[in-house]
Amino acid sequence: MTDTIDTGARRSIRRAIPRLGLRRGQGAGEGLLLALPMWLVFALFFLLPLAVTLVVSFWEFTQYSIEPAFILRNYADLFDGCIDGLPYLCTTLKTYLSTLKFCFLVWAVTLVIGFSVAYFLAFHVRSLPMQVTCFLICTIPFWTSIVIRMIAWIPLLGRNGLVNQALMGMGVTDQPLEWLLYSDFSVILALVHLYTLFMVVPIFNSMMRIDPALIEAARDSGASGRQTLTNVVIPLARPGILIGSIFVVTIVMGDFLTIGIMGGQQIASVGKTIQTEIQYLQFPLAAANAVLLLIAVMLAISALLRMVDIRKEL
Amino acid sequence: MGDARSETAILRHPVSWAAGGRLFPRHPRRSVRWSGGNRELDRANRGIMAKENDVELVSVSKLYGTTRAVDSIDLRIRGGQYCCLLGPSGCGKSSTLRMIAGHEAVSDGDILIAHRRVNDDPPARRGTAMMFQSYALFPHLDTLDNVAFSLKMQGVPKAERRRRAMEMLDLVSMADYAARVPAQLSGGQQQRVALARALMTRPSVLLLDEPLSALDPFLRGRMRAELRRIQRELGIVFIHVTHSQEEAMALADLAVVMKDGRIVQAGPPREIFNRPATAFVAQFMGGHNVMTQGGRTVTLRSDAIRLSRGDADAHRRATVRDVEYQGPQVHVALATETGEDMAAILPERTYFADPFAPGDAVALHWAPEDLHHVAAEV
Repeated sequence: MTDTIDTGARRSIRRAIPRLGLRRGQGAGEGLLLALPMWLVFALFFLLPLAVTLVVSFWEFTQYSIEPAFILRNYADLFDGCIDGLPYLCTTLKTYLSTLKFCFLVWAVTLVIGFSVAYFLAFHVRSLPMQVTCFLICTIPFWTSIVIRMIAWIPLLGRNGLVNQALMGMGVTDQPLEWLLYSDFSVILALVHLYTLFMVVPIFNSMMRIDPALIEAARDSGASGRQTLTNVVIPLARPGILIGSIFVVTIVMGDFLTIGIMGGQQIASVGKTIQTEIQYLQFPLAAANAVLLLIAVMLAISALLRMVDIRKEL
Repeated sequence: MGDARSETAILRHPVSWAAGGRLFPRHPRRSVRWSGGNRELDRANRGIMAKENDVELVSVSKLYGTTRAVDSIDLRIRGGQYCCLLGPSGCGKSSTLRMIAGHEAVSDGDILIAHRRVNDDPPARRGTAMMFQSYALFPHLDTLDNVAFSLKMQGVPKAERRRRAMEMLDLVSMADYAARVPAQLSGGQQQRVALARALMTRPSVLLLDEPLSALDPFLRGRMRAELRRIQRELGIVFIHVTHSQEEAMALADLAVVMKDGRIVQAGPPREIFNRPATAFVAQFMGGHNVMTQGGRTVTLRSDAIRLSRGDADAHRRATVRDVEYQGPQVHVALATETGEDMAAILPERTYFADPFAPGDAVALHWAPEDLHHVAAEV
């Protein structure tokens, strides 16, 4: 089936080439030429900075200078005391662990909320205009800047904020809750608020491709609602879940702004460490940290891919 | 349900399902028979099935907002009958089928299967199974898991459900394709898998939503014969929605012609074709002329008309508009003096003994008893 489509497509492309004035034999060259703009953008804004970061991570630095060199001291500094100090965790490991914790919690919460919202939009909102309307409502948080969205939480969650006053007014607590703001809770809340849409969009997109007859076929075969969900909807929404997860994991792993503001600058994260190092002009150290973060993110994503793959095998 | 043996006996799969040279040819690996070869049991089951599985609709309506898609229809399909719901698009036939299937709520009235009211039952508890127009195979599952799906939902262990699904695939001679996913199958193969999946739940009523419309004409003809044979051999009720009168005439024990959410006529295809209740039925079934004679609407089968050149005692005089060669017969389009459009169908040999050309003046003759009075409603 795919073979025939492929050969068919190739044939039609071959037929189209003379029409475009391209001669046979030039095909490969022309193809590269057409891909060139994308390649330039990709090279200039992704490969080059990445290479520079990698190179700089091996440079030498003192308090007043940065020298090109090839030393491993930056990496050694990162892991200073990490092996000897066990079972006590060194700063780097602690920071990564804390970042991973946020990453996992935010991923789990955005997945549940994002999946539910996408499910509602795709299967319970029947008409297209209504779906578009609901979708636009979901994007409302993106109409303002990220900083304003975070700061807006403060009057709500602060010591004398709306939530605390309401709780005390109702007599639920007699003193304000401290953990509402500048805590793990507020960081996770803000991150979820900011990034759930990145989960909703791809999942909604894959759900819209599910033929409603499949849901009926499942029901016809005696599947309960839950069985339909686990046996039909989730497997078919898998690509969307995967893409959304990659978005959320990569964003949260590198986040320093949200964790900084909502954590009251008291909570460590890898992004924040790198930011601090850059502030002190310790570029090589920051670069080494960035490379490490890149590796960690890639590991997290590959772990995620494997996790979702295992589902398919069940 | 009981033990595996009596369960399989309910579906009672006969040997001829897999007869050679058919769409489902005999498969060398196939060794199972549904009743384990117990003909006594087969016959007993057939009797029970036929009596117990009547499908009855009692003034069933379906409203979408204020639109009446189905308008209080009454219908009784006896156990073991092949029923075709027939009509133009938007006549309510699909809504009716979906209400019987349980995929659409009944707005008013009752649906009874085997004398039990099933209005509020989910599809699986009605004993119905549906074959969808698009086949609705699960794209992420291979053929075997598609067929085994209902067993998985029942919690049948993996080895057991795979074995039983394999038997079913064997019966539709799709066992060689067990590991393929639907995207790798042709339309006809997908349909066989969809049929196997629907039969896996051992339904007493199989609902088919335009099952042949996606196939090419050649495959459609073969599949039609196959469906009819399977139905006869399983002895269960098939309810088949179609817009093709040809399909309905070929398949149905009971053809139900619908229009605007109502049943216009229900009966054996031959009765409907020969004694259409209304002008609409006559026109929809085709092969009829609808005329007014003496202030009444009458129908006349096109093949009951005889053509001659300029006889005095003609019933009508007309000009030949067009001649279409159709193989065994020739279709002659006519324009009468009074401005009516009519058509005559002549056997090929009769026609070519004295052929006409467009523009020829002809006289139309028929036997008075061939005129059939219908209700005035169009």
